[in-house]
Order: sequence, then C-alpha cells, then structure tokens
Amino acid sequence: MILRFLKSREAILLGAVLALLVIVESRFSGFAAPGNLAAVFNDTSILIILALGQTLVILTRCIDLSVASNLALTGMVTAMLNAAFPGIPVVVLIALAVGLGTLLGAFNGILVWKLDIPPIVVTLGTLTIYRGTVFLLSDGSWVNSHEMSAAYKAFPRAVLFSLPVLSWIALAVVAGFAVAVTRTPLGRAFYAVGGNPHAAVYTGIDVGRTRFAAFTISGALAGLCGYLWVSRYAVAYVDVAGGFELDVVAACVIGGISIAGGMGTVGGAVLGALFLGVIKNALPVAGISPFWQLAISGAAIIIAVAFNARSSRQPGHIILKSAERTA
Amino acid sequence: MSLTDTPTARRIPDRLSGQGARILRSWELLLFIIAVLIFVGNTQASPYFLDAWNLSDATFNFTEKAMVAFAMALLIISGEIDLSVAGIIALSSTAMGWALQFGVGTPVLITIGLSVGLLCGAFNGALVTRLGLPSIVVTIGTMSLFRGISYIVLGDQAFNGYPTDFAWLGRGYVFWVISFELVLFTVFAVIYGVILHFTNFGRHIFVIGNNPTAATFSGIRVDRVKMILFLLTGLMSGVAAVCLTARLGSTRPSIASAWELEIVTMVVLGGVSILGGAGSILGVVIAALVMGMVTFGLGLLNVPGIVMSIFIGALLIGVIALPRLIRLVRTGKA
Repeated sequence: MILRFLKSREAILLGAVLALLVIVESRFSGFAAPGNLAAVFNDTSILIILALGQTLVILTRCIDLSVASNLALTGMVTAMLNAAFPGIPVVVLIALAVGLGTLLGAFNGILVWKLDIPPIVVTLGTLTIYRGTVFLLSDGSWVNSHEMSAAYKAFPRAVLFSLPVLSWIALAVVAGFAVAVTRTPLGRAFYAVGGNPHAAVYTGIDVGRTRFAAFTISGALAGLCGYLWVSRYAVAYVDVAGGFELDVVAACVIGGISIAGGMGTVGGAVLGALFLGVIKNALPVAGISPFWQLAISGAAIIIAVAFNARSSRQPGHIILKSAERTA
Repeated sequence: MSLTDTPTARRIPDRLSGQGARILRSWELLLFIIAVLIFVGNTQASPYFLDAWNLSDATFNFTEKAMVAFAMALLIISGEIDLSVAGIIALSSTAMGWALQFGVGTPVLITIGLSVGLLCGAFNGALVTRLGLPSIVVTIGTMSLFRGISYIVLGDQAFNGYPTDFAWLGRGYVFWVISFELVLFTVFAVIYGVILHFTNFGRHIFVIGNNPTAATFSGIRVDRVKMILFLLTGLMSGVAAVCLTARLGSTRPSIASAWELEIVTMVVLGGVSILGGAGSILGVVIAALVMGMVTFGLGLLNVPGIVMSIFIGALLIGVIALPRLIRLVRTGKA
C-alpha cells in the first residue's frame, strides 16, 4: 500500500510541493515555519474549496468557467445586504450566499442537463452574465470595509484552536469531499459518468442528472467562497476574483484531474491548489516581482499536463476501489 | 472537444447532404434576421447610428477579433480549441514594442509581430500534436504563459512611440470610410471561406472534426492538419496584434484581455459546433457583425461595456438554447 502510494501521482505532486518548500526555506529561512505554513494554507483555502467543486465538474467531462463570476456575484449580494441591513446575522448571510451560489450553479447544470448545451459554452455565457449582473446590482460602486459590520468581517478571521475559521472551513470541505467522493453512490457516479458515459447509462446512472449535481455543488461552493472572499479582503467590487476561474482549473489540472473525465482524486486537487498557493506566497519572499506569477503558473500547468499525460494509465478507467487494488 | 462528448450518437453534418446544409443555412438565416433586427433597433434607438463615419467606426469593434475568429473557427471545427489567442496578441505586441528601441521600421515590426504569432502557434501545435495533450488545457496554460511573459517584460510599464506609417495599419482608410482593417477583414473572410468550403484541406478539417479515427484511416494526416491550424490561429493572432497595436499606439501587458472569450463566443454564435465537425465562415462573419453592432449600438446609448457583455453572454446561450428548447417542447408533446 505504501509502495503504491509512492508510485501515485499524488505522491509525486506532494514531493514537488515539499521540494518547493525546501528550496524556498533553504534560501529564506522561516518560510517553512509552522506559523507561516498555516498562513499559506489559509491564503490558499478559497482556491482549495473552489478546486474541489471544479474537480467534480471535470470528473464528469464538463468544465465550469463561471465559478469566479458566481463568487463575485454572491459576494457582492452579501456585502450589499450587510451594508444596508447590518442587523442580519452572519449565519443568515452565509446561508444566503450558499443558496444563491447553488441556484447559479443549478442554472448552469440545467442548461447542460436538459438542453444538452456543451458546458464550455454554457459557462462561458454565464461567466459574462453573472459578472455583468454584479455591475448592474452595484452600479459599479464598491462596498468598502467601513460599510461592513464588524461581525461580517470577523467570521473567517476568528481563530479556533490556533487556526482561522477560513482554514477550518477548507479542511471541513476537504474531509467531506474525501468521504463523499470515495464512499457514496453519487461520488462514484461522478467517476462513472466521466470514465464512460455509455457504460454509466447501462449501470443505471443518469448522466445528465449527475452532471447537474456536479454543477450545483460547484456553484454552492462558489457561493460560500463569495462570502469568504469578500469578508476576508473586506471589499466588494465588480472585478473581485477576476480571472480566478483559470487558477481553479489550473489547480485541478496540476492536481492530475484528467480533463477527459473520470480520473483524479480529492488529494490531487488539494495538492494542486497548494502548489499554486506556495508559489504565490514564495515569490514575494524570494524578491521576485509578482509579475512573474502568471508565467510561472502557466508553465506549471503545461509541465503538469505533459507529465500527467505520460504517466496516465492506458487500460480504461477503474471505478471500483476493490478492483483497483487487484488490478 | 473530447471532454464534451455526450453518449447520444452524433449526427454527421455534411456540406453536400441536404439536411445538414439546411440546418446550417437556417442557422445563418436566423442569425441574419437577428442582425437585421439589431440594425433596425439601433437606427430607432439612436439618431447617430445611421452615419457613414459612425458605422465605419463601429467596424473596429469586431474586425480584429473576427480575423482571429476565422482561424479559430477552422480549429474548433477540427475538434480543437485555442484559448491562448489573447495571450499571443499580448506577447506579439510586447515583442513589437520591445523592438521599437532599436529604431526598426514598420516592415520589421510587422515581421516580428507575425513571427511571434507563428511561433506561439507552433508551440501550442507541438504540445497538442506531438505530445497528444488536450488542447483546452494546453492553451489555458499557454494563455497564462504568453501573457505572463508580457508582464515580466513590461510590468506596469507601457511601450509607445510607434512610427506613423505603422499606425496607419490600425487607423488608416483605404477609400472614403472603408478602413484598412475592414479591407483586411473582408479579404481574410474570403480566403478562409474558400479554404474551408472549397478545398480538400477544408474537407479534411470537417472529417477530422467528425471522426479523427476515420480520418486517420482514410489517409488524412490528422496531426499535420491540426498543426497547420494552430499555426494559422497563431498567425492570425499576430495579424490582430499588429492591427490592434497600430490602432492603440501603445502596448500594455493587459492588451486584448479576455478577448479569447469574445472570439470563442463569436465562433460559436456563428453556428460552429463546439464539439467540432460543423460550421461555416459565413456564419462567423454574420456573428461578427451582430456582436459589433450590439456593442456599438449599446455604446451609442451610453450602456457600459460590462452590461453589453451580459447581452453577448445571453445571446450566446439564448441562440443555442432556443432551437434545442423548441425541439424539446415539440418532442415532449409528440
């Protein structure tokens, strides 16, 4: 079992992340100190959560490019509500963010499921529609820190057992996904639909409905992140998280989630996100201009996808855990 | 693209078969009707719309994007996609701006712009055809890489001071209100229309998009065709970079940002199947006109750009959803 883990893609990626940490630490001591690593994790939390939602969508051979716009829209709605009615409890706002995100995700899902429109077209369209709606709602103005209530801003920063709530939420989502994807019928259905849609139909899985579920979950998580992002940075404006959907897809691709569907793990997506997170946080420490970041993450995507293609197994996708073990 | 494969059997449209051609024609007709409606709507909405110079200005909204969209249409019909086109435009423009300090003339600038486009296309093509990687992921990566290099070179700076005869490429008029870019757009529309619809190479593109395996067994060199298409898309991005840089007169790393989405929207709106295997250049031309007129007409009404993008997004989904919705309702009743 240990040997198998060492050969897996996740182990190689884990090695890459650790190597990156060692390199940065050897030149700038203190980067790998527990406190700083926790800060890096906290900074990457939102990317991890979104990458997990995206993982489900990509597993079913779809893609969701609307997550960042969904995040911006739900974030703006909660911020404006908070500014207008500071009395609304934060819990209600979070529930609202998740609810609205779910609806936006379900809209993508229903277009893919019922009208059979290619996911890339649907989410390319909703990417611009959701982002434009933020402008219509806010009229282009910002919701600034001083307009938000203290409770609204405090929630993700509150420290529980020496970690911020934001980190705990990410850990909870990771744990939930790890169990749900490997141990529930719906979780296995995502793999089945992406691995072989025809076979999935014959095993009694509704391909469209499963894709709908993936988009809805991705939307719900984007909604949650909408609140988390806006309250963490204490500002809401039209271009919040602009282009972040590509970071999310990049995290998945680096994490070994196959764009052809049916292959990939929760651990891979988390490591992919952490890889980008470590690079993002290491650049300023190493004194490299932040302008390098875009090119580096681009190169990382290309190297990761080239590497994954070489190491991908030729015989079909295996859905059952037990079968995988005997294979 | 492979990731959007659906379990339902795909109909194979063919230019020669009656039904496929009729669907395509009706799509272009639908699009044309929308274009006319928007045109009439615009004339009613603003008294300034029906002015030769205003209309001529409006063409700049789509000429550069459409030039890339022609090559992209061929690429998408073959079953691949290139999301890095805007990144190529940024890198190509940066290279031209960088060369400016050596006092080079317009011909050299154009050569540099086009060569960088070709090189970027070759890079994408090599990754997709030699290493067999999915184009959507490769080009998401190269999109960040190409634009990232522009950011490394430029940071928060800008290149400007392009020569006057270079600026003519983006701002000049050939005859009365007919701009050089509009002429270029028309010429490329004809060239790509002929390539796609009247040559063996064009037929190969359709065959590859419908069934790459069958294409291989019928003796089509699939990888070579795809490589050429990536080169063409890179080259056209270079052309767009030359025109855009000349028109703006400066280069920033954020130049042409998010254009890849607008270009793909233009292609899909033009009736090209995102799954590959079907589409026409005429459709892309009409889609370019529709998008150009929408943005210009709304601009005359002081509608901000981001609200226009809602309209474009809704148009993209609506135009594709409508026929499917009608079919769904019809089959539901039957």
